[in-house]
Amino acid sequence: MVLALLGAIAAWGLAAWGYQIHTGIGVAGIRRPVFWGLYLVDFVFWIGISHAGTLISAILRLTDANWRKPVTRAAEAITAFALMIGGMFPLVHLGRVWLFYWLFPYPNSRLLWPNFRSPLMWDVTAISTYLTGSLIFLYLPMIPDVAQLAEKATGWRLLLYKVMALGWTGSDREWHALERAMKLMAGIILAVAVSVHSVVAWDFAMSIAPMWHSTIFAPYFVVGAIFSGLAGLIVALNIIRRTMHLESYLLPHHFHNLAKLLLLMSLLWLYFTFAEHLTIWYGNEPKEMNVFGARVSGKFSPEFWIMVFVNFVVPFVLLGIRRLRNITTATIASVGVLIGMWLERYLIIVPTLSMPRLSAGWGRYSPSWVEISITVATFAAMAALYLVFSKLFPIVSVWEFEPHEQEDA
Amino acid sequence: MSEQNKTPHRWGMAIDLDRCTGCQACVAACHAENNLSVSDAESAAKGRAVHWIRVDRYYEGEFPDVRVKYRPVLCQQCDEAPCEPVCPVYATYHNDEGLNVQVYNRCVGTRYCGNNCPYSVRFFNWFDPVWTEPLQLQHNPDVSIREGGVMEKCTFCVQRITRAKDDARAEGRALKDGDIQTACTQSCPAEAMVFGDLNDPESWVSLLAKSARATQLLEDLGTKPKVFYLERAK
Repeated sequence: MVLALLGAIAAWGLAAWGYQIHTGIGVAGIRRPVFWGLYLVDFVFWIGISHAGTLISAILRLTDANWRKPVTRAAEAITAFALMIGGMFPLVHLGRVWLFYWLFPYPNSRLLWPNFRSPLMWDVTAISTYLTGSLIFLYLPMIPDVAQLAEKATGWRLLLYKVMALGWTGSDREWHALERAMKLMAGIILAVAVSVHSVVAWDFAMSIAPMWHSTIFAPYFVVGAIFSGLAGLIVALNIIRRTMHLESYLLPHHFHNLAKLLLLMSLLWLYFTFAEHLTIWYGNEPKEMNVFGARVSGKFSPEFWIMVFVNFVVPFVLLGIRRLRNITTATIASVGVLIGMWLERYLIIVPTLSMPRLSAGWGRYSPSWVEISITVATFAAMAALYLVFSKLFPIVSVWEFEPHEQEDA
Repeated sequence: MSEQNKTPHRWGMAIDLDRCTGCQACVAACHAENNLSVSDAESAAKGRAVHWIRVDRYYEGEFPDVRVKYRPVLCQQCDEAPCEPVCPVYATYHNDEGLNVQVYNRCVGTRYCGNNCPYSVRFFNWFDPVWTEPLQLQHNPDVSIREGGVMEKCTFCVQRITRAKDDARAEGRALKDGDIQTACTQSCPAEAMVFGDLNDPESWVSLLAKSARATQLLEDLGTKPKVFYLERAK
């Protein structure tokens, strides 16, 4: 069964992590000067994917775009699970992970406090906030559906649904409160999401490493996050649509709208990438040009040009030409974007670290089986979590299709 | 801070590049003094070797007019250290004698400091260190062994600084210039390296730092390093 296979891959990744904790983080391929490798790439990638829910659910909710309705819960679920997975990576990459709690401000006898000047602490704060917020954002609109499920459930599911329903009766006052809470949460989660990915970008931009110290990073990462999140959403929706036979709920026009948004984000991504590279190239600062050259024409150029191809050329052709735009091509373009955005994170982190300012410190990086196993395992874990979620709860929000008195149509 | 001296110390170093022969005695001495882990060939090829001080070699010109320049690079103990603000747990901080202190017990191993050091002088313990018998017998008891998962770097032989201050206090005298020698400055056969108190205007290192030949590495970054490199201008 699919779940068993996904679970096995995820368990293998967990075992690899356990091996790393036991033997030492040296089993990963990272080394001086590339102190951050695949784990940070995965971290930024998954936090980026988490922006799916925020964009679709929050922004479209705030703009009263009704076509979002069948899509919101799927998007919010992606956000919650991607955050949980992404939030693991700051732990995975720690040298002494058993002391991770020192990153939290708790009262202790040595009167020690974490250093909030560090962008990593901003990460801890931002991601904890975003995770909490997005779980609330996912949970609140599930309440009416869960209450409805509780009516017909038996056994342990009955207990689960009843607890989660919080005694929902469907009264006018409750609907009113829910709508107001959702509007409020949508606004909050949007602000938090923008801040989260800006903060993640600042892990790099606050550093003086060549080609990291750039003001464009914060908006660049937010755009990239929305871009990759959207791609993840399209892929997930297509899979759900086929496997759960939701063809009459997830209609072609939903995919057309999402595809148009993906195309828009692709153009935006291209603009930011071009602006960043033009500025660096024209400035011709030697340390930055070393990294620039390695990315565009040197050691990392295959990854760079593949990234440009799948992030821009493919979406532009498949989604820009109306005749070519359909559910299948949207999914193909989205898979390409997922690969391209993962490569983009890799190209941000590794070339810069490989070529620090003093050439005596230059080095190469190649990931080890441990890092690759954990990376692959996160994809399996995401799929597994999603599968379990969609079996327990309706992935298309039921109550949003049935009229109720308080809703503005 | 000692009771005798009114101003706090500000430790610095001067390295005369016109004297340096690139022999790497400083590298070997540092290994011995600071219990640096020894790498096997495989780890060294993977870029995991640890050298708190290293000698960078730069080649100029074409054969037969080649000139080689040697530059020992160690932690510059920057007054505006880029490694300090980025540590989330305050494992690296600036003490009142100007040293950039690495607190091994506090480090959780995020390695951000290593990424932000422009001199690439920070090293990470990827595993618990292992010394093949009988090398572990030559460990310096004044220096702690760092476990896997912890960053480390040159400390300006802080154990020697502390020992000299304790000795001076025990003997009831003030510290003199030359009382403290780091392992590298002590071992240099060309006497190219000098360590001392930059807050003492008469110390040898202060005089050298004011020399016309004094330069600093990556000075334009504003890190305010405390290692002065003396070299003839071309």
